[in-house]
Amino acid sequence: MKQMNWKELPHAGTVLKAGNANEYKTGSWRSLKPRWIEENCIQCLFCWVYCPDSAVSVKDEKMTGFDYDHCKGCGVCAMECPGKKGNKAIVMEEEGK
Amino acid sequence: MSTPTQETPLTLKALTHKPVHLTGGHRMCSGCGAPTIVRQVLMAIDEPVVIANATGCLEVSTCLFPYTAWQVPWMHSAFENAAATASGIETMYRSLRKQGKLKKEMKFIAFGGDGGTYDIGFQALSGAMERGHQLLYICYDNGAYMNTGIQRSSATPFGADTTTQPVGSKIQGKTQRRKDLTRIMAAHNVAYAAQASPHNWKDLMTKVRKALATNGPAYMGVVSPCNRGWRSQTNDSILLSRLAVDTCYWPLYEVQDGKWTINYDPKDRKKPITEWLKPQGRFKHLFAPGNEALLARFQELVDQDWESLRKLQEMSKS
Repeated sequence: MKQMNWKELPHAGTVLKAGNANEYKTGSWRSLKPRWIEENCIQCLFCWVYCPDSAVSVKDEKMTGFDYDHCKGCGVCAMECPGKKGNKAIVMEEEGK
Repeated sequence: MSTPTQETPLTLKALTHKPVHLTGGHRMCSGCGAPTIVRQVLMAIDEPVVIANATGCLEVSTCLFPYTAWQVPWMHSAFENAAATASGIETMYRSLRKQGKLKKEMKFIAFGGDGGTYDIGFQALSGAMERGHQLLYICYDNGAYMNTGIQRSSATPFGADTTTQPVGSKIQGKTQRRKDLTRIMAAHNVAYAAQASPHNWKDLMTKVRKALATNGPAYMGVVSPCNRGWRSQTNDSILLSRLAVDTCYWPLYEVQDGKWTINYDPKDRKKPITEWLKPQGRFKHLFAPGNEALLARFQELVDQDWESLRKLQEMSKS
C-alpha cells in the first residue's frame, strides 16, 4: 500500500475497512516455504486450525494449498502435519530455491 | 450466521464454513501462539461479538495504522483496562436492550496478555468479575512482557531467564514462582473459569462456548507459546503448548458452580517437566551443572500444583 499523506488520511486516524490488514503482504518475511504434497494429505485440517496467519486455504471442507501472500513460513503446519504412513504432506523448503 | 440454537458443530470440516474474523497480514511474529488462539476463539462463536483488547503484542500487531486485522467490532483503550472497557461496552449493550433500541443477542470478550492481565490490568479485571458483567476475559499467557522485550511478569515461571531478571553469576533467572491467576479468578466465584491450550482446539472452543453461555462473568487462561521470549523455534508453538499440558505445567481444567473438573488427566503418561523446559532457551541454564536443585524445585512446584488441583476436584465432587 502507498503511504498516505496527512491530507489523504481519514479523520481522527480511523481505519475505515475492517480486516484491511489482508492487503498487507507478510509473505516477504518468509525464509522457509511450506510445500503441500497432496498425495500424502489426509485432509485432517490441522494445518488450517493451527496456522497463526490464516494462510492455509480451504475450499469445500478441504485444504487446497497456501496463501503465500501472508504465510510467514513459521512451519507450525509442517510440524503438526500427521501425513500419511509417516510421510508428511507439508514440508518446509528454503525460500528461493 | 446461524442462531445459537443451531450452533456450528465443533468439527474442523464444519468450522471451515465460518468466516475467519482475524485476517492474515497482521504483524504478530512468525509462529506466535496468540493469533492461533484468537482464531480458534472467534471460530467457536456463532453470535455477533465485540472485543476489547488490552495493550500488548496482540493489540499493537493487529492494528498497525492504517490497517486492522479484525473483522469484528474491536476496541483498545489502554494497558490496564481491557476488563473495564469490556464492562462499559456490555453495560451500554444492556441499557440499549432495555430501551428496546437493540434486539440482537451479542457476546463480549476481552483479550489481554499476561502483563495486561496478571499485573497491570489486574484491578480492572478483578472489579469486572466482581460486578458480574456478562463477559468473557481471555488471557493469552506467554509468561512475560514479550512486546516490550521479555521483561518478567507475575506470570513468568520460576527459573525463567528474562531481561529484567537475567541469568548471571548470582541469580539463575526468576527466583519467585508464578501467580496462579485462574485460581484467583475462581476465588472470585465467577460463573466460569478455565484453563485451555491451543493444541487442544476442541477443548478450547468448547470452553469458549460454555463461558459465553453462562449467566455471568467468565475467565479463561490460555497458554500461548512465544518463540522470541521462550527462545524456542518458530514451528513449535503447538508442540510446546501440548507439552505444557502433558507435563501438567498447564493443566486443562474448569471451575463452574464451585465444581472443579480436570478436563485432561495424563495419568501415568504425565511427562517430566524437563521435556517442556528443554526446548526453551529461557531455561537453558537450569540444565547447567550445579543447577540440578533448581530443576528439581521446578518439578516439585509443578507436582504440588497438580496434586492440589486433583484434591480440589476430589473435594468438589458432589
